[in-house]
Order: sequence, then C-alpha cells, then structure tokens
Amino acid sequence: MTAIQKKSDNPIAHLTPEDIEQLGRELDAIRQDVLDSRGADDAAYIRKVIKTQRGLELGSRAVLLFSVFPPAWVLGTAGLSVSKILENMEIGHNVLHGQWDWMRDPKIHSTTWEWDFATPAAQWQHSHNQIHHTYTNVIGKDNDLGYGIMRVDEDQRWSPFHLAQPLWCFLNAVFFEYGIAAYDLDLGATIKKKKLKDPDFQRRAKEVLAKVRKQATKDYVVHPLLSLPTGSFLPTVLANFTANTVRNLWGNSVILCGHFPEGVETFEKRSIEGETRGEWYLRQMLGAANISGSKAMHIMSGNLSHQIEHHLFPDLPSNRYAEIAPKVKALFDKYELTYCARPFPQQVYSAWHKVFRLSLPNGWLATTNVKNAPQQLKLLYAMSTKGPKVRRAAQARLTQEARRKEAAKSKAAEKETVAA
Amino acid sequence: MSTTLELPATQAPSARLRDRLVRVAEAATTPLVPADYLDLFAPLRSGADLRGRIEQVHPETRDAATILIRPGADWAGHVPGQYVRIGIDVDGVRQWRAYSLTHGPRRDGRIAITVKAVPDGLVSNHLVHEARPGTLVHLEQAAGEFVLPDPGEGGHAKLLFVTAGSGITPVIGMLRNLFPSTDEGVLRTERLAHRDQHSAPDIVVIHVAPSHPDSIFIRDLEALGEAGAIRLVARYDDQHGLLDLADLETWVPDLQERRTFACGPAGLLDALQAHHQERGLTVTTEHFRTARVEPGEGGTITFADGKTLEADGATPILDAAETAGVLMPSGCRMGICFGCVLPLKEGAVRDLRNGEITTAVAGESRHVLVQTCISAAAGACHLDH
Ligand SMILES: Cc1cc2nc3c(=O)[nH]c(=O)nc-3n(C[C@H](O)[C@H](O)[C@H](O)COP(=O)(O)OP(=O)(O)OC[C@H]3O[C@@H](n4cnc5c(N)ncnc54)[C@H](O)[C@@H]3O)c2cc1C
Ligand code: FES
Repeated sequence: MTAIQKKSDNPIAHLTPEDIEQLGRELDAIRQDVLDSRGADDAAYIRKVIKTQRGLELGSRAVLLFSVFPPAWVLGTAGLSVSKILENMEIGHNVLHGQWDWMRDPKIHSTTWEWDFATPAAQWQHSHNQIHHTYTNVIGKDNDLGYGIMRVDEDQRWSPFHLAQPLWCFLNAVFFEYGIAAYDLDLGATIKKKKLKDPDFQRRAKEVLAKVRKQATKDYVVHPLLSLPTGSFLPTVLANFTANTVRNLWGNSVILCGHFPEGVETFEKRSIEGETRGEWYLRQMLGAANISGSKAMHIMSGNLSHQIEHHLFPDLPSNRYAEIAPKVKALFDKYELTYCARPFPQQVYSAWHKVFRLSLPNGWLATTNVKNAPQQLKLLYAMSTKGPKVRRAAQARLTQEARRKEAAKSKAAEKETVAA
Repeated sequence: MSTTLELPATQAPSARLRDRLVRVAEAATTPLVPADYLDLFAPLRSGADLRGRIEQVHPETRDAATILIRPGADWAGHVPGQYVRIGIDVDGVRQWRAYSLTHGPRRDGRIAITVKAVPDGLVSNHLVHEARPGTLVHLEQAAGEFVLPDPGEGGHAKLLFVTAGSGITPVIGMLRNLFPSTDEGVLRTERLAHRDQHSAPDIVVIHVAPSHPDSIFIRDLEALGEAGAIRLVARYDDQHGLLDLADLETWVPDLQERRTFACGPAGLLDALQAHHQERGLTVTTEHFRTARVEPGEGGTITFADGKTLEADGATPILDAAETAGVLMPSGCRMGICFGCVLPLKEGAVRDLRNGEITTAVAGESRHVLVQTCISAAAGACHLDH
C-alpha cells in the first residue's frame, strides 16, 4: 500500500466533505444505539467470560500438577493456552480499553485492571489506546505500523535492516509479550537517542522488569514447584512455556491481521491536521481489516476479528461488535468503500506476504527477472552495504524503472481490450 | 527475660508460615490476587470485600419491600437506627445507596432494609420490584449517628419520634430492638435489662403517611401501641389532611421533656427544626436525601487541593482545567482512550457527544469515574484530583 493521498486511484476521492460528515453522523447513530441498549446482559457476558477464564485457568493448573503423565500435560497445556488467550484478548485488551468502565465495577475497570502479559497495563494503554488508536495508520505517527522493526508500507523508507524482517517478524511473534513490552517502553528509539539514563525511562523500565519478574516467577518457578511432589517440575515449566508461546503466536497473528493485510490504507501525516470526527471515522474504516469466521474465532480473537468495528468504536463492549458489523458493512457499501474482511488463513498470509515483499526495496522485485538477476543482486548488495546516498540514488532508479514497466504493461493491456 | 523471648517464639512460626503461604499464593496468582479466585467460590468469606446475599424480598405495601440480606463474615454489626450503604448492579451499572437497617442485631446474623420505591427511582424500584433472592450485593459497614443515646447516661427516658413515609425505617429498627416481643429474631440486649428494671423509655411516635394501606410497618406500630410500649399518633393525609406542626403540642403536651428524633422528607424536617428552635428545643434528624444534583449548563469545578475554576457548558473539563493551569491526565482527547478518567465526587457532567448526564451525589453514589476530555460541567463539580 501507499499513503492513500498519493494513490492514483484514491479510494475516497469520490466522497465530498458533506458525505464524510454524514457518514460520521450515521456511525454516531450506530454507537448511540448500542449505548442505549447496553445493560445487564452485557455485564453478565463479561462476568461470565471472566469466570470461565478463571475456572479454566484453575482447572488447567490443577491438571498440570500431574503433568508428568502425558495426557495430563496435553490437557493442562491446552487449557492453559486457551485461558491465557481469553485473558489477554477478550478480557484484558477490552477491559483496558475501558469497554466495561460503564459498569462502575472497580474490579473490572480500565484504571485498575492488570493482565497476564509482560507489559504493564498502564504502559500498554499509553502506546496502544492513546497513540495507536488516535493516529491509526498515519505514517510517522502510528508506531504500530511495523512496531519500529518492520516496514509494512511502501512509504516507509527501506533500510538494509529490513532485509531480515521476516526473521524479526517471526521472533516478535514467538516472544510477542516481550516484544510488546519493549515496544511500549519505546526501547529502540530510547537506545538510538542514547536516552537510557532518562529518569522517566528508568522508572518505566523498572516497572517492566518488575512485571516480567513476577510473571516469570509465577509460570516458571511457583507453579513448577507446586508440581514437584508428583515429579512434574519440568513438564510444568514446559507447559507454561508452551501456553505462553501459543498465546504469543496467536495474539501476534490476530494483530497482524488487523492492520497489515493488503487492502488496508495508510495516511500521510499532513492529512490529519484539523481532521473532523467524520474524517477520523473514515480513516478508521479504511485502516483496519476484519477476520471472517465463527463465533469461537471472534471470542478467541477478543473480537479483534471485528477490527474495523473496534477501531470505529474502541470503547463499545466487544460482545456487541458482531451485531453492529452488518450495519457498518452497509455503510461501507453505501459510501462505496471496501470492507476488508477475509478468513483467518488468508489475512495471515496476506500480512506475511507483505512482510516478505517489503523486506526488499520498492520496485526491486518488479524490475527483476531471470536475465538481470545478477545485476539486481549486485544493486541490492550495494544498497545494503554502501551509504544512504547510494541507497537513495538506487532507489530512485528502481522506482522509475518500475513505473515505466507498469505503464508499459497497462498500455499493452489497453491495446488488448481495444483489440478484443 | 525468657518469657519475653518465648512469646514471639511461640507465635512467630505460625504467623510466619501464614505470611509465607500468603506470599506464595500471591506469587501463584499474579497479576490477580488470591481473592479473585476465592471470590468465585466464597464471596461472603472472611477477608473478602464486604458483600451480602439477598435471601428474601418481602413486600410491605404496594411500593415497598423488605430485603433480607445475609452479610459477609466480616460484617461488624450495627446499632439500631444506623444505615448501610449498598452497591447493587442496576441495568449492569453499579449503584450505591444508603438504607436504614430495620432490625436490631439479629440472632441469625441477617440484616434487613426496607425500601420504598420512589417515582422514577432507579435503585429503589429495582430493589422493590426486581431484586431476586440469591443476588450478591456490595456492602459497607453500618454507619450513622441517628441512634439512641446510651441508656447509661439517662438517655432515653422520654422520647418523641416523628416519622413520615419511609422515614419510619430507622425508627422501627430502634423500636424492634427495644421491644423484642414484636420481632422474634432480636437478641436480648442490655437496654432490655434496663426496661425490666422499670426504666423503660416513655415513647411517643407520630407517624405520617399518605394513607393507612400505604403505611410501611403500620401493623408493627399498632401492635406496639396496643401493647403499651409506645403511644402512637398516626396521621394519614387522606383522612386527616396534611400534617400541621401547630398541633404537635396538643398530641405531646410534655414536648419540652422529650428528646425528639425525626426522619422524613426534607420539608418536614426543616419545619420541625424551625418549630423546635422557636421553643429552644433540639431535634435529631436523619435526611434520606442530602443533596440533590440538578444538572445545569457549566459550573464551578473544584479540585482536591481546593483550587476552583469556572467552566462553561460547552468546554470539556480537560480543556478548561488545562487552560487554568491544572495538570491533567490525558491521551487521545476524543473520548476513546480513557487516559483522562478522573473521579467525580459530587456534581453533574454532560457527555458532549450525546448530551448524556452523569451525576455523583456526595455520600450516596460514591465517586463516579468520568472522561474529562468529552465531559463538560453541568453544574458545580467536585473532582478528586
Ligand atoms: C442515611 C440514609 C438512609 C436512607 N434510608 C432509606 C430507607 O430506609 N428506605 C428507603 O426507601 N430509602 C432510604 N434512603 C433513601 C435511598 O438512599 C435512596 O435515595 C432512595 O431509595 C432513592 O433512590 P433511587 O435510586 O430509587 O432514586 P434516584 O434514581 O436516585 O432518584 C430518582 C428521583 O427520585 C427522587 N428521590 C430520590 N430519593 C428520594 C427520596 N428519598 N424521597 C423522595 N424523592 C427522592 C430524585 O430526586 C429523583 O427525582 C436513605 C437515604 C439516606 C441518605
Ligand atoms: S483523553 Fe482519551 S478518552 Fe479522554
């Protein structure tokens, strides 16, 4: 993708400012409908999910006390994985969004909740709720666009570091909770700016370390020790590690599906100056992608399978996204916009495809064929090893060449249709 | 010397063991606490947040009901006349209200409140018409100064109670406690012993209600009257017309010798206070509705440190406060991130997106958390920040 404003076929060019404000009003009405009917049933829903998750966790951990027996290990690990996923996705993420604050229950509230995840809730709330949800997909403002370790948009400048981004992406998936903790800490930028001594950073880093230590002690010391009498120490360590990894891989995949698949739009920094409510809504509509699937898929993804609805209304209770999705989809149709929804495997593939594709400089793949492969590889080598000047010049050449090729292709296609 | 050493030595191991077990349990349940899991099975156990379970809802009149509650193990008891603050979820939203306890301490450990449904009243209607046995409610320990003076101080030889409508509730608690014959669940208290020694209080109850059938606890009052425990003056609006305090001295000629307790609507309490003041008498009152919050447009915002500022009805509190130099938490500034949430202790705010009003009544609704970036003052507001 390319920032929407630079596209030749800008998918929002047909909308007048009045259209956009009208669209905003119609979305406000959908939100208000949910607020008006929000009540005891919704409260019962989240309490039931929490109760189920805690019961499942207790049960799974009890089974793992005997995890030296393989069936117990399998059962306990599966249960713990599901429990951790529920806790992070349908409960933690959504409670921390303030989706349940309206219940005024101090135990289920965005200001008091802490989750089973390495990053402290408050730090995540800052980088996720305040930065990502406000500046969704604005290049240069929304750090979620690649988390600072990947290039997921043509308009993000390529550097040699990105050649290995499929590896970064994979490592980030496996160690997702630590990746997110480092990300919320803004670790990369802080190292780059040599600000590691900054007292505010130190305070936050201490919080993260304290949280990581507690989490690790629980999963890798306390519960294994409780399993010691049955000789299940190591199996329990392994079970916790497996459950954490399953949760990491799953959470990461769902999140990749939210903003990285093809068809999701990005925006220029300039474009959000003085943005109206309608324009903000429009950006959210185009900046997210849904996963179509079963009810189980929705719950296990924390209803982030309804990423579009979530981005439009991050504070509405997650159990209501499914119900408003058809209404939101109808607005996409009415305003001739593309509702990006595909099944899970396709979205994951699309996101990963992009990670691979953009690990190479723009235009490089398009201009490479069997014949010129050696030269192209040499060029890539030069771009990776020589300074930014060389890189910039080579990039300009690649871009131009790719454009020329594109133009030739479309001309040929035109001729063909005329001939036909 | 050995004794001073021995004491801690015998106590310490068990205490230390318990401490250690607690710490292990905490390490095993982080980021939650052990209580979060225990609450699944035993929400009323000792050590839990104070809760209660509704065991019975018993209709008293068309629009009033007595709710029998089994309080959690840590319920510390109460003095008759006191109230309990109850948090109950109505339409999924936790609401806190105060209700007088209508019994003395009971042998079965249960507590009871009697609620009258007020027109459009959120919690009272829910409790009277919708509450079901089995429901968990949240409680605070009993509180309140509307109690009989200690009999040891010669306190209540001669008493006058003036009650109107649901204002009978704290008084019936006191009467049932003094005269347990009307209530089987009451413990024999010290006060009762005094009564046996012929120091029984001489009590007049003036009870005002719209009509006889609308009168909560009227049967109990009448029974107490017949038994000679109290002298009952019942005034029904539909039979006797509205109460005129000028008549008070004809019903209670020895008014000067009595200590007066009154509970009812603010109008009656104010009038009674003025009436007594004129005669150099004092009256102890219980208000059911301390302050009313009538939403308006804009208002004075007060912060915890006493700082105040004027805000209009169209400016988010966040903007108004920052303009005035108050350091405020914030994030998206558009109502989506909840980074700006602050406790509203008292007052009303309007959601600028849809006009919805949120109010907090001091001492009644507890503080309410509001998003300052999309809320404007709708009247005077007290923020705990
Ligand atoms: C110390 C104390 C003891 C109390 N004891 C009792 C008790 O034993 N039994 C009992 O029924 N109530 C008692 N109350 C009152 C109770 O706390 C609630 O205020 C009452 O039940 C109304 O709550 P609601 O949610 O139904 O009304 P809300 O939804 O808060 O108010 C709805 C409407 O009713 C009006 N309103 C609110 N309260 C009253 C009232 N008391 N009288 C007339 N109009 C009102 C409001 O102004 C508003 O217009 C007591 C209050 C206090 C402070
Ligand atoms: S600042 Fe984000 S909700 Fe108020």
